[in-house]
Amino acid sequence: MDQIIIKKLTMQYDSYPVVCDVSFTIKQGEYVCIIGENGAGKSTMLKGILGLKPIKSGAISINMPKDKKAIGYMPQQTDIQRDFPASVYEVVLSGCLCNKKFISFYNKTDKQRALDSLDKLGIMNLRHKSYRNLSGGQQQRVLLARALASNPGLLALDEPLTGLDPAASLEFYSMLRKINKEQGITILMTSHDIHSAMSQSDKILHLSHKLEFFGTPEEYLKNDISKKFVR
Amino acid sequence: MSFSEIFQYDFIVRALIVGSLVSLCAALLGVTLVLKRFSMIGDGLSHVGFGALSISMALGFAPLILSTPIVILAAFLLLHINNNSKIKGDSAIAIIASVSLAAGVIVTSVTSGISVDVFSYMFGSVLAISDSDLIITVILSIVVLILYLIFYNPLFGVTFDENFSKAGGVNVSLYKMLIAFLTAVTVVIGMRIMGTMLISSLIIFPALSSMRIFSSFRSVVISSAAISLICFLAGLYLSFIWNLPAGASVVMVNFAVFCIMWVTGKITRRTA
Repeated sequence: MDQIIIKKLTMQYDSYPVVCDVSFTIKQGEYVCIIGENGAGKSTMLKGILGLKPIKSGAISINMPKDKKAIGYMPQQTDIQRDFPASVYEVVLSGCLCNKKFISFYNKTDKQRALDSLDKLGIMNLRHKSYRNLSGGQQQRVLLARALASNPGLLALDEPLTGLDPAASLEFYSMLRKINKEQGITILMTSHDIHSAMSQSDKILHLSHKLEFFGTPEEYLKNDISKKFVR
Repeated sequence: MSFSEIFQYDFIVRALIVGSLVSLCAALLGVTLVLKRFSMIGDGLSHVGFGALSISMALGFAPLILSTPIVILAAFLLLHINNNSKIKGDSAIAIIASVSLAAGVIVTSVTSGISVDVFSYMFGSVLAISDSDLIITVILSIVVLILYLIFYNPLFGVTFDENFSKAGGVNVSLYKMLIAFLTAVTVVIGMRIMGTMLISSLIIFPALSSMRIFSSFRSVVISSAAISLICFLAGLYLSFIWNLPAGASVVMVNFAVFCIMWVTGKITRRTA
């Protein structure tokens, strides 16, 4: 199933074009890394696709599987969050809000799903800890657990590896891979880390305001555009 | 004078009811406002409240009936300004706040002469609460408390991470409007007793105090409600026995508690 279909997407910041005429299609269950230099429009495009930023023109259509309607978004951390008094369990449970229309209380299924995703990411022992007292890597895991608790059909991650040491990034990547393979959840993430992106993902999307390349890592290596970027 | 003797006075009983309800509402919302960096909105609204109060008194309305819709409208306006990053949010709120204040002072000085009235609008008065104020306050504060409890979970979600909630399909702008609405109502019902200049401290202090020590959202919310209530009762009692202005006394008690919590927080974090 084609899950994300982008047609001629253009986005602007003030009158300055940030994303220009980008078209691509992502299938359900694919693991796609958006790479490109700083300021190439990666995060902006991701936010545009998720409806968090207005688009100038073009069409975005997202088809979600029936049983997994939510989009689990893992944003870049804000200053507000770093010092936020909340327990890990409270944060992860809030992921379940994504499936609620009118009733805003958590039921048994929600609580179980929150516990499951804590378990899956190996942070069950942190659940009573305060979010603000965790290390950067632990906080990232908590945010991923929250995204998983929403029972997502699509995980959208914005630079999830910022501030992680190499060992923690590697671990994070293998967790993502596992989630992608075992649960068939589509993953769309922006990343600086070209080498891990090449080894982990199904598709590479190279953005430099325009779409420079979209295809498998193998094809990307053969393409001229990668020569400047992959070293 | 003992605590029970105080209850002989009608105005004190009214002040106790209104003040306790306002303290609770302010404390609950305060947690969200402080964490969401919306403290300025609370402060701006209290200035708008002063203008609205002056105008409605000058026109001969019961103070809360006209001020409530004006402050609610102002809350939506301030929220809109805050959302729109292209305008400098802080300065825009400052402009609205000072213009409201100036309008209030002019209206009051033209109609009734500046003196006692302005002082009581600005710094509150336990004598100012009429029976109609009492009824409106009780109704509005119960509405605030119920709405807060019903929407506690999404309010947490939106406070912690607006973008995550929005991407997940939560109606974020609706909840932000709810926050603005609840804040406006709290400012309105609190400004007669606390004064328009002091009501915003009732919103901010309890949340800041409890965040020094408590580290889960729920414990912060519950403890700041408790702190707020205790500080109000202590402040009112002190103001009565020492013949001090009630609003200012409550603020000073809140400040003392904040200092204690701050020091305690420092010590416990060092030993932990």
